Amino acid sequence: MTNLPTHTDKKLGLVIDLDTCVGCHACVVSCKGWNTENYGAPLSDQNAYGKDPSGTFLNRVHSYEVQPETGAAQTIHFPKSCLHCEDAPCVTVCPTGASYKRVEDGIVLVNESDCIGCGLCAWACPYGARELDQAEGVMKKCTLCVDRIYNENLPEEDRQPACVRTCPAGARHFGDLGDENSDVSILVKERGGFDLMPEQGTKPVNKYLPPRPKDEQIDILAPLLEPIAAEPTGFLGWLDKTLEKL
Amino acid sequence: MHPAPSIIFFTVFSGLGFGMLAFLGLGKPDVSGFTAFVFFAIAYALAVGGLISSTFHLGNPQRALKAFSQWRTSWLSREGCLAVATLIVMGLYAIGIIFFNTRIGMLGLLGAALCVLTVLGTSMIYTQIKTVPRWHHWTTPLVFLSYALTGGAFLTGQVQITAAGLVTIGILQILAWVIGDKRFAASGSTIETATGLGTIGKTRMFEAPHSSKNYLMKEMVHVIGRKHARNLRIIGLVLLSLLPWALLMFFPFSHMLAVVAILAHVAGALTTRWLFFAEAEHTVGLYYGQRG
Amino acid sequence: MNQPVIDLSPKVSDEVRKTTCYMCACRCGINVHMKEGKVAYIEGNKDHPVNQGVLCAKGSAGIMQHNAPSRLKAPMKRVGPRGSGEFEEITWEEAYDIAVGILEPVRRDNPEKLAFFTGRDQSQSFTSLWAQGFGTPNYAAHGGFCSVNMAAAGIYTMGGAFWEFGQPDWDRTKMVMIFGVAEDHDSNPIKMGLGKVKARGAKVYGVNPIRSGYNAVADEWVGITPGTDGLFILSLVHELFKAGKLDLDYLAQWTNAPVLVNGDEKSEEFGLLIRDKAGKLMVIDRTTGKPAAFDQKGVKPDLAGSLRVKGVSHRSAFQHMAEKYLDPQYAPEAVAAKTGITAERIKRIAAELADVAFNQAIEVKQTWTDFRGETHDTFIGRPVSFHAMRGISAHANGFQTCRALHMLQIILGTVETPGGMRFKPPYPKPPEAHPKPHCKVTPGQALDGPHLGFTHGPDDLALKEDGSPARIDKAFTWENPMSSHGMMHMVISNAHAGVPYKIDTLFMYMANMSWNSSMNTRGVIDMLTDKDENGDYVIPNIIYSDAYSSEMVSYADLILPDTTYLERHDCISLLDRPICEADAVADAIRWPVVEPDRDVKGFQSALCDLGARLGLPGFVNEDGSQKYKDYADYITNHIRRPGVGPLAGFRGNGDEHGRGEANPAQLDRYIDNGGFWMEHVPEDAAFFKPWNMNYQDWAVKKSFFDKPMPYLFNLYVEPMRRFQLAAEGHGTRQPPDHLRARIKATMDPLPIWYSNEDENKADEYPVTALTQRPMAMYHSWGSQNAWLRQIHGHNPLYVPTKIWEENNFQEGDWARVTSPHGEITVPVAHQAALNENTIWTWNAIGKRKGAWALEEDAPETTKGFLLNHLIHELLPPKGDGLRWANSDPITGQAAWFDLKVRVEKAPPQDQSKPNIPAQKSPVGTGPQNLTWKTDK
Ligand SMILES: Nc1nc2c(c(=O)[nH]1)N[C@H]1C(S)=C(S)[C@@H](COP(=O)(O)OP(=O)(O)OC[C@H]3O[C@@H](n4cnc5c(=O)[nH]c(N)nc54)[C@H](O)[C@@H]3O)O[C@H]1N2
Ligand SMILES: Nc1nc2c(c(=O)[nH]1)N[C@H]1C(S)=C(S)[C@@H](COP(=O)(O)OP(=O)(O)OC[C@H]3O[C@@H](n4cnc5c(=O)[nH]c(N)nc54)[C@H](O)[C@@H]3O)O[C@H]1N2
Ligand code: SF4
Ligand code: SF4
Ligand code: SF4
Ligand code: SF4
Ligand code: SF4
Ligand SMILES: [Mo]
Repeated sequence: MTNLPTHTDKKLGLVIDLDTCVGCHACVVSCKGWNTENYGAPLSDQNAYGKDPSGTFLNRVHSYEVQPETGAAQTIHFPKSCLHCEDAPCVTVCPTGASYKRVEDGIVLVNESDCIGCGLCAWACPYGARELDQAEGVMKKCTLCVDRIYNENLPEEDRQPACVRTCPAGARHFGDLGDENSDVSILVKERGGFDLMPEQGTKPVNKYLPPRPKDEQIDILAPLLEPIAAEPTGFLGWLDKTLEKL
Repeated sequence: MHPAPSIIFFTVFSGLGFGMLAFLGLGKPDVSGFTAFVFFAIAYALAVGGLISSTFHLGNPQRALKAFSQWRTSWLSREGCLAVATLIVMGLYAIGIIFFNTRIGMLGLLGAALCVLTVLGTSMIYTQIKTVPRWHHWTTPLVFLSYALTGGAFLTGQVQITAAGLVTIGILQILAWVIGDKRFAASGSTIETATGLGTIGKTRMFEAPHSSKNYLMKEMVHVIGRKHARNLRIIGLVLLSLLPWALLMFFPFSHMLAVVAILAHVAGALTTRWLFFAEAEHTVGLYYGQRG
Repeated sequence: MNQPVIDLSPKVSDEVRKTTCYMCACRCGINVHMKEGKVAYIEGNKDHPVNQGVLCAKGSAGIMQHNAPSRLKAPMKRVGPRGSGEFEEITWEEAYDIAVGILEPVRRDNPEKLAFFTGRDQSQSFTSLWAQGFGTPNYAAHGGFCSVNMAAAGIYTMGGAFWEFGQPDWDRTKMVMIFGVAEDHDSNPIKMGLGKVKARGAKVYGVNPIRSGYNAVADEWVGITPGTDGLFILSLVHELFKAGKLDLDYLAQWTNAPVLVNGDEKSEEFGLLIRDKAGKLMVIDRTTGKPAAFDQKGVKPDLAGSLRVKGVSHRSAFQHMAEKYLDPQYAPEAVAAKTGITAERIKRIAAELADVAFNQAIEVKQTWTDFRGETHDTFIGRPVSFHAMRGISAHANGFQTCRALHMLQIILGTVETPGGMRFKPPYPKPPEAHPKPHCKVTPGQALDGPHLGFTHGPDDLALKEDGSPARIDKAFTWENPMSSHGMMHMVISNAHAGVPYKIDTLFMYMANMSWNSSMNTRGVIDMLTDKDENGDYVIPNIIYSDAYSSEMVSYADLILPDTTYLERHDCISLLDRPICEADAVADAIRWPVVEPDRDVKGFQSALCDLGARLGLPGFVNEDGSQKYKDYADYITNHIRRPGVGPLAGFRGNGDEHGRGEANPAQLDRYIDNGGFWMEHVPEDAAFFKPWNMNYQDWAVKKSFFDKPMPYLFNLYVEPMRRFQLAAEGHGTRQPPDHLRARIKATMDPLPIWYSNEDENKADEYPVTALTQRPMAMYHSWGSQNAWLRQIHGHNPLYVPTKIWEENNFQEGDWARVTSPHGEITVPVAHQAALNENTIWTWNAIGKRKGAWALEEDAPETTKGFLLNHLIHELLPPKGDGLRWANSDPITGQAAWFDLKVRVEKAPPQDQSKPNIPAQKSPVGTGPQNLTWKTDK
């Protein structure tokens, strides 16, 4: 099973808009909620109410500061979950075959009943997208909500990942990145979507949309306001004239 | 990373065990009967003990047998298969020597080759990990092999080979460190490529995703301080190579001395192996504002 | 390849129950998925007007709030000293007996000795009814320490502000400017709105000293110096006036800019607006050149109008504005240094505003009729919109700053137009449509009317005959004449000091007053635990209702444990703070989707029981029996005005909406409908609502008001001038002398800006210290949530590069932060995108050891901290022998963000300071590990 499929029918994945993400962590928590109750073992928490709490999350939102050459530093919120790589090193390292990439849609999954919890796949992932659940001893990762997106017990409009459905800002998009006419592929093309760490050769399916240019400088903008008056009296004269025309 | 003792024990002791078996397979020393039994018992204890130790860090060790299934793709699986094959081959070989006083040379040779492959397999588990550029390099298998063979030579009393091995190990280890220290930078992965924000400017982490620590941070983000690492490197190198070499070269041989030298060597190996893991700089650290 | 076969269609739940979230006050609709009778998963309700399916982090973590180990289990009576956390569980009957034993004599002898204050509650129309029935004047909710500046400035100026009052027209706006918002109540709608605006590529401006959250996604960040927004806004106004970029037509028709202002310096009415005999505001009609009532058919109000009578000129309010705002003191060059924004940038922003408003105007074709009887066939839109919150509100110049912002919107002609700021029904409402404050106490009887409201002059102040404050919080007094929401933050300190009088019982609900919602936290703890010479507590009785083991619980004598939000009935009512959207009127309920497994009771139901036991009017039938069995009964059967009850939907036989008889099946109809009721605003009523008769008539039908009440926007707020006149010596009700100068200076009827730096000793304490709401935490309650506390388990103090480098700070360092009032020692972190004289931290993360069922070494208690220890409810002494309140002189809003400090490096610590000693946990601590799954 640890062979990667030579071809997948679809390349389902997420497109995350760094221009729009406000860093609210909604996707983080709804992912935790859905995946605790659904696919596989619950995402456990250790020291839940004590010192050093920690738990399993499949999606986390980082924040960065970027300093452009001129102008103010920018803050960027950066959600990150499994990128469902085409050349997923996490799959090929797995000794048990628990890790696999689905042929139908390219989703990378862990078959928990085969997983021995060796952690090697987490080491192989450049992105930190896998977390070993401390209660269950099995590897956890984003399932792309495989138990939602085809789920006939859900209304059709809800057949999308929990994090996408919940994102208040609409910064997360889900679709087939293998189909160049899909909404997500078009979005990636239009907005210059990019890969994380392309040099790692993992060929991520998930794409990130860059923040739009910020804090543009004065000259490219509309001409400044032409004063009609600096004095109340001049202003009132102008006002009278203008009101005539109204 | 946070070095797990079980993994340090696994790599060091199974390496020593297989190294020892390799020499025994080559008939060095050419022992038989009870003496052979003692040698094989020690070698098996180290190899098997190391392997068992490796299961201690598993989340679900009861399923460990499944790990043999993916030998086509997974080095961890391959290593497991190789280890078992080696242990069986060497077992047959040992039975011949201990109980039938017969040394089947070809079997021993095959076993020795398998020992080397097993150690190579162990090293490849780490070498293949591209996300840790320090490991992802030819020095890793060489270091692992030199450790195993030198230790094996040591434990089987091959003084000449040991002495040469100790020098080799020292040189290789220093090489691995010198090269390793530049590997991360050479990998081309930076916080800018990790986030894709380099097109805007210099990037730094502002806020970690959670205020609490997580598995990734505990396992692969934190790296020990540079000064601490340097001291440990020196101590490790002295114990691993310099001290045992000096003891072997400049003092008249005695069993007491050999025991001290071996103990120093093993302590050194444990220290440098600890460093091997502790200094592993994983790319995920970039997302947490570590590395560079 | 043989892949494992997985179940792609697992059963999601046995049942979905739809109710309303209450992890914050945004009140999103939620689908609660139930499995085996247990809560399995919570997601947003797609049909709901507020959130349309999305859900924030807190909402998604609701399950962890619902099962939190900190939930109170039964009524409790204090057995140890206050603050110790030592309690004994009692029955509800015992609890009621104790409460009645305390309250009955108070009501009989002097109801004002009860102070009943409710926190960020959503049932004020109910709790105020109870307080009114009790007869105490001392009732309010939390608005006074929250954002009354924004709300009151909005109501006085234009009949509503933001959040529950109004929102940017997210679908049409081309430029949004957000001032001082980190999260706000309109949590999901703002994010959805920003998402829409961004998807369209429209421009977002973030005006905020800190670049995080919304300001991080803003296309442009204006890192303003805290407390100077008013100046920045007035400078934009100056530029727009100077360039004549004003919506003159809009100003003339819909605002009081053309109304004549009495110019007779000798008159008692100097500065008041001129009215005709019928009391109508007077303008000059451009067509006739003659004075006329503003609302006559065909009148074209003249912005430049003036009337000369007996040698005195009465000029239009607009002329006063021109005079004021063309003054060079507001020129960009003059304000640049103070605001930290360059003159060029201010000019460019003004130009951009004008460009979008006037050159990129939009039109919605639609026939409608205005209040003058004139018919229009389009709604002209000025697609510039604004949103603002506590960043401009929580300063002592906040009321005037919020006024300035509303004025800016109005002169651009954007309010209630397509692409601008739109009101949400039942707003807009003119200030006159709101009640005035009432404070007349009669022992054993109800109060003479509602407690809170809007003052229109000195006559409306809540003063006793002798001129002393009638209310314990001194709301509606000369110190803060327009304190429309009361001043909850002053209650404990006034009660402790016995000024204006002593009280017997403090009864509070849902406010962590001994911790994060108080200024001077340590001082408040001391006041709550202080004893008099007889060894009795200075504040004799404290009754408190909380749902969780908060810090405040340990300081109360009697605890009435509330249910969690999934276990109770609630209504989010049009009488109160509804959930409407600009295009829809809506209200909603909560209902017990699970029954409580503890001996707890919805607080409102407990008030029904207590009200009956005390015989409060409105809570007993004529025969003295209990009127409302519980809150659900009240929600269904209470009638406020004929045909109007707490819920507007499904009245009468179930088909009547807005008005109708009580419907016994109403709650079931809400449940069937997804927990809410909604009706769309008719298209011809969608914009220009204050003046649009199509809207006004519809609003009457829907019960928002009983007759149409079109009105003009108050650029010139006359009630403020009335207070100034009193301060100038006019009238019979006179302010004390020490307040005259301040009233004259601050209560300008046209927006002004003044600095609060001197009062806060900015010369010695040059750095402003702020807090922000984390999006994934709600005040103090988030910490009990096992998921959320992993995201924000402690809070560093963020320090800008300049201060970071000056102090040679390194990651992991600690700092000592000193204000005129106190000192804290806390961990620091670096932020570059931060105003260089500002530091900040996340609000309310720090916890007291032993509270919230957390272990005593939880990071919230060891590294977490509150800024509140540095803030005092009074300003530092200025040497005049008086202690002035640290609040807005007009509304009394707590000035949280005027805090000035010094920062210096401290040696490494293992505990943030101050470290308040631990309390006992009345509920124990939580389990070590969680694997939360219904079938586990
Ligand atoms: N430094 C600083 N301090 C501030 C602010 C700031 O910006 N900076 N902001 C201020 C503002 S605007 C506000 S509104 C206040 C908020 O301050 P608080 O209103 O005190 O906020 P909470 O921490 O939410 O406390 C509410 C209490 O309600 C309880 N509670 C929660 N749910 C329920 C329930 O269902 N029933 C009952 N009965 N109780 C419940 C909680 O357990 C908690 O004890 O903080 C103020 N304090
Ligand atoms: N997640 C979450 N949501 C909440 C709450 C919560 O606790 N958590 N609390 C609710 C409550 S009670 C309230 S009152 C609202 C408040 O909602 P917000 O008004 O968003 O409240 P704050 O988080 O206090 O944010 C104030 C913002 O103003 C900025 N600021 C401070 N001073 C100035 C200034 O002088 N000028 C400008 N331009 N900006 C300034 C601060 O940097 C900060 O970004 O949020 C509500 N919503
Ligand atoms: S992101 Fe990591 S876990 Fe996911 S497919 Fe790629 S390598 Fe594997
Ligand atoms: S942890 Fe599980 S999934 Fe990952 S490599 Fe090991 S066995 Fe495979
Ligand atoms: S797709 Fe599903 S599993 Fe993946 S991050 Fe989103 S919610 Fe979590
Ligand atoms: S829910 Fe959306 S906006 Fe919020 S952090 Fe996730 S991606 Fe960003
Ligand atoms: S904003 Fe979040 S916490 Fe507030 S009501 Fe909506 S979902 Fe609940
Ligand atoms: Mo608030």
